[in-house]
Amino acid sequence: MNRPAARRTVDAIWRIEAPKLIAALTRMVRDVELAEDLAQDAMVVALERWPETGIPNNPGAWLMTVAKRRAIDWIRRNRQRDDKYAELARVSELISDDDMDKALDGEVGDDLLRLVFMTCHPALSREARVALTLRLLCGLTTEEIARSFLTSEPTVAQRIVRAKKTLNAERSSFEMPSGAALAERLSAVLEVVYLMFNEGYAATSGEHWVRPLLCQEALRLGRILAELAPREPEVHGLVALMEIQASRLRTRVGDQGEPILLLDQDRAQWDRLLIRRGLAALERCRKLGCPLGPYALQAAIAACHAEASTSEETNWIRIAALYEALSRQAPSPIVELNRAVAVAMAFGPAYGLQIVDEIAGLSALENYHLLPSVRGELLRKLGRYEEARLEFERAAAMTRNVREQELLRARAAECETRSSD
Amino acid sequence: MRFMLLVKATGCSEAGVPHSPEHRFAKEAILASMAEAGVLLAAERLQPSSGGIRMAFSPEGEPELESGPFPADSWLLAEYLVIESESVEEAIGWARRIPAPGGCERMEVELRRLEDKAAGPRNIGLENDLALQLGMLRQD
Repeated sequence: MNRPAARRTVDAIWRIEAPKLIAALTRMVRDVELAEDLAQDAMVVALERWPETGIPNNPGAWLMTVAKRRAIDWIRRNRQRDDKYAELARVSELISDDDMDKALDGEVGDDLLRLVFMTCHPALSREARVALTLRLLCGLTTEEIARSFLTSEPTVAQRIVRAKKTLNAERSSFEMPSGAALAERLSAVLEVVYLMFNEGYAATSGEHWVRPLLCQEALRLGRILAELAPREPEVHGLVALMEIQASRLRTRVGDQGEPILLLDQDRAQWDRLLIRRGLAALERCRKLGCPLGPYALQAAIAACHAEASTSEETNWIRIAALYEALSRQAPSPIVELNRAVAVAMAFGPAYGLQIVDEIAGLSALENYHLLPSVRGELLRKLGRYEEARLEFERAAAMTRNVREQELLRARAAECETRSSD
Repeated sequence: MRFMLLVKATGCSEAGVPHSPEHRFAKEAILASMAEAGVLLAAERLQPSSGGIRMAFSPEGEPELESGPFPADSWLLAEYLVIESESVEEAIGWARRIPAPGGCERMEVELRRLEDKAAGPRNIGLENDLALQLGMLRQD
């Protein structure tokens, strides 16, 4: 195997294994920053060795063994220096290879969850938490995080450095909190788990073939959380949301044999098992007798779509009501845009247009091609073809998706013909 | 959140009067502790306004140009720092530690929050639903 090929393979393996490595190493050395360094050291060793030896059968276990050895070396070196480390050295000797294998094979899920709780320390701001999560749990590079947040790389890098320092300063423990401490961090933890799911889902571009695993990992963490905090309605809400959204995902295999996630609009293809699980989670949430929170509301909307066997059967009045509730609890431009479509479908395009026009000037939607797409569609239905044509053309100029562009141009042309009739 | 600390010009900064060694030392120390804390994103000093040009744009016609130096008032900038902080209070705390120039008249620092374009992470659930619903709206 040549070096660039090795590099690509190691990168791909890194994305899958890094969170588990970092979580297990954090358990050993109780320091996220050090754990990340040790994990990266192991990857450097892999980059040197693998081009000659080939990729081992179980690359994750290989990396874990190397990283673990380095961790133990580090602990021993520091043993005399600090009592804290001496204690850790004692602990580390209690960790056998067998533990490591177990850690790799499943129990690591608990370590991952511990890492999630750790990154949700109340001393961290939301921005810091998000950046740290994307880095440690989703395996994104600083550059990728910066790109998805439209911010600069130094800003993200500083945010991460700072977050790690804060965690060390706070001596944030790597234990799973319980009771009030768990409840206190729960909403941040749910956000992080949903972030992982989003990151996995965003892989629809097929750019990174390992991301689908992130969706599964997030779902798994969500299910564990639901067992840990069964009285928390939003935990079930989030699980329901992820299960139902995941039901629309289809994994296809690309040219290189890599799995690609695709968003499937054909409801006959949706995964019925995931839908049933999602509906059951939503039911558990409802049984707790609290007003639905933002995750549960989004899950309930997705459930409406999942339960309609054809698009004509969609209960738009209910969907519009759910978006109304969502827009009061977690307002955002995209919620409003969704609400506009639901209201248009339930009560007519004029009412939908009213809602769209209220958000049309927002700078957050400046480059969002779905805004003119929706507005154009509503204007077309109202017979205002000339205005509709302008919106479709605006939308076409904003999107980079060729098929979407063609569709929008065809719509614009159709409006032009109709307006001159 | 990011803040820009706009350090305003003084007569001394405009005249290029060098700062005392103590001031320079204090300045380096605060920048070092900002960097150490992972707060500092940028810090730059501007040349005196004698080398500057002001351009006034009006709705019609060409912009009007004016060469410096300009009056050393609250409008005039001498330095800027960009920091990342958790709160306004924290940003004020850092700004307080900027050393006052010895021997000069009063110095002014203005704190401004930078506009963050990113609203936050994407919400795939909402995006998927919108794509699905738009599809149904189109067919309707």
